Amino acid sequence: MSFASHDSATRQSQGEAITAEEIAASGAKAEDATARYALLLGDDALILSQRLGAWVSRAPELEEDVALANIALDLLGHARFLLTYAGTAWDKSEDDLAYFRPEEDFRSCRLVEQENGDFGKTIARQLIFSFYQHELYSRLVHSTDTTLAAIAEKALKEVDYHQDHAAQWMLRLGLGTQESARRVQAGLDSVWSYVEELFTDVEPITELGDIAVLPSTLREPTLTRLHQVIEQAGLSIPDMSGAHGADRSGRHSEQRGLILAEMQVLARQHPGATW
Amino acid sequence: MSPQNHQHAPLHLADEGDAAAALAEAEAGQNRFEEIIAEDSRVEPRDWMPESYRKSLVRQVSQHAHSEIIGMQPEGNWISRAPSLKRKAILMAKVQDEAGHGLYLYSAAETLGRPREEMYDQLYTGKAKYSSIFNYPARTWADIGAIGWLVDGAAIVNQVPLCRASYGPYGRAMVRICKEESFHQRQGWEILHSLSHGTQAQHQMAQEAVDRFYGPALQMFGPPDGDSPNSQQSMEWKIKRFTNDELRQRFVDMLVPQVEALGLTLPDPELKWNEERGHYDFGDLDWDEFFAVIKGNGPLSRQRLEHYRKARDEGAWVREAAVAYANRASRNEDHDQAALIGA
Repeated sequence: MSFASHDSATRQSQGEAITAEEIAASGAKAEDATARYALLLGDDALILSQRLGAWVSRAPELEEDVALANIALDLLGHARFLLTYAGTAWDKSEDDLAYFRPEEDFRSCRLVEQENGDFGKTIARQLIFSFYQHELYSRLVHSTDTTLAAIAEKALKEVDYHQDHAAQWMLRLGLGTQESARRVQAGLDSVWSYVEELFTDVEPITELGDIAVLPSTLREPTLTRLHQVIEQAGLSIPDMSGAHGADRSGRHSEQRGLILAEMQVLARQHPGATW
Repeated sequence: MSPQNHQHAPLHLADEGDAAAALAEAEAGQNRFEEIIAEDSRVEPRDWMPESYRKSLVRQVSQHAHSEIIGMQPEGNWISRAPSLKRKAILMAKVQDEAGHGLYLYSAAETLGRPREEMYDQLYTGKAKYSSIFNYPARTWADIGAIGWLVDGAAIVNQVPLCRASYGPYGRAMVRICKEESFHQRQGWEILHSLSHGTQAQHQMAQEAVDRFYGPALQMFGPPDGDSPNSQQSMEWKIKRFTNDELRQRFVDMLVPQVEALGLTLPDPELKWNEERGHYDFGDLDWDEFFAVIKGNGPLSRQRLEHYRKARDEGAWVREAAVAYANRASRNEDHDQAALIGA
């Protein structure tokens, strides 16, 4: 299995579905377990997009308003592909799944649910998640499920940019001023205990064989690269083991309900309406 | 040369020869500037231009940039609650475009010699003006539709002629901005169209939003021609091509068929086709409200500025870190360079 991303970042998608609408119209129908896997991946992207979207008009510099909105938009795109595809298994639309699923049915990891905090914490969360996602999608492009492979291929090109953005900021903040180093270190310390959850082999992934990527296989390459950047930035790897109490099975963070309350409020006030 | 320049660079008697040369240069510059304006071509950053032209442009372009930046707030506040993922994606892209427009415009103003930091400071301290429409709240999702259709619609009518503005960097920035604004207006119209043809509650939400934003949108063209102190000079310099009232009329004429297609109405009982003029007549606008909002007494004038200041304040340490890192990187480069030369 190749770790190099740059070949695939420039490879053209082979005519696979690349918009949520095309996936919905393609007639592709996901198996139940595959759909649950797509939902898990899609929930991570959706929740992180929701978090990053809150930076718009609040970023430290205008260029960062553009960059963070752009990353949020990419992630929202991935979420739309994945939720749409998941929905084909149960005749549900992306919006049914995003707006009318209860909190306990989401499968998002706690890392993406963490509050934005200051820019240092957001960058710390972003570094971890984009490095993880890059390793994940680099392998998912070889999925035997052609829709998932096509989604991964499209997403990978974008995540390549996300991880570059996060790594550049990690260096600037780590090596910038004492204050910035202190803040970004505090950001890493704040979210680090949620890293292990990303690499937990949970169902349905364990039943999916070559359709999915086993999270535990991502642990070593992701952590190696994270350690490199964090050390290069003159920061230290937080010394803590994974926070107990969640394995994507519904025992989620306290924040999830608040995120969804805001995201779903208008749609739920008008059930059955089209927008 | 303008009086301002004399203040900055006082001439001494001993420099009489230089002074005469400078005067001749300024005269040649003035002549060339007038030629450019007369032949309708572009003034570029390195060209000589009257100080008052430069000042007027900096004012207009930076106000426009500030409007894009403050304009991100009312719409940004609906990103988290957009009622479908598709609408959320479109809105996010739109607000991102606005940040981009701010960037082009600040850059255009920078070519006139005004540093970006200075413009930020003027917005921060409340000295700078921005379009007063953004001091109104976006209360409902339909307001996002009304802002797109009416506010971006008015912006397009105002801005399309600015693509031919005599100052090159401004005109060229406007070409790109107008393309994106027309997409923004369409998405606003689509939001309202879906709402208008949706449930009763959605239809009502759409109508109320149009009722709220119609008047303030018409006021985006500025005060009536008789009360617009800067318009005349701006027209002579070919920065502006049409008067405020001409543009307002054009906008109303454009809205009437569109609102019919939406299945909504405009909140003006005096709105009526005038065969003789070939235009729609429309009722007086509330100019007292307009001037009150401009003076900082809009519904959200203070909150918009507070939001902006908070973001600047909270981001200060990040900007300082970026500068420190860049300085460090360039010191390292110098060091590497010195090492190479030493070797």
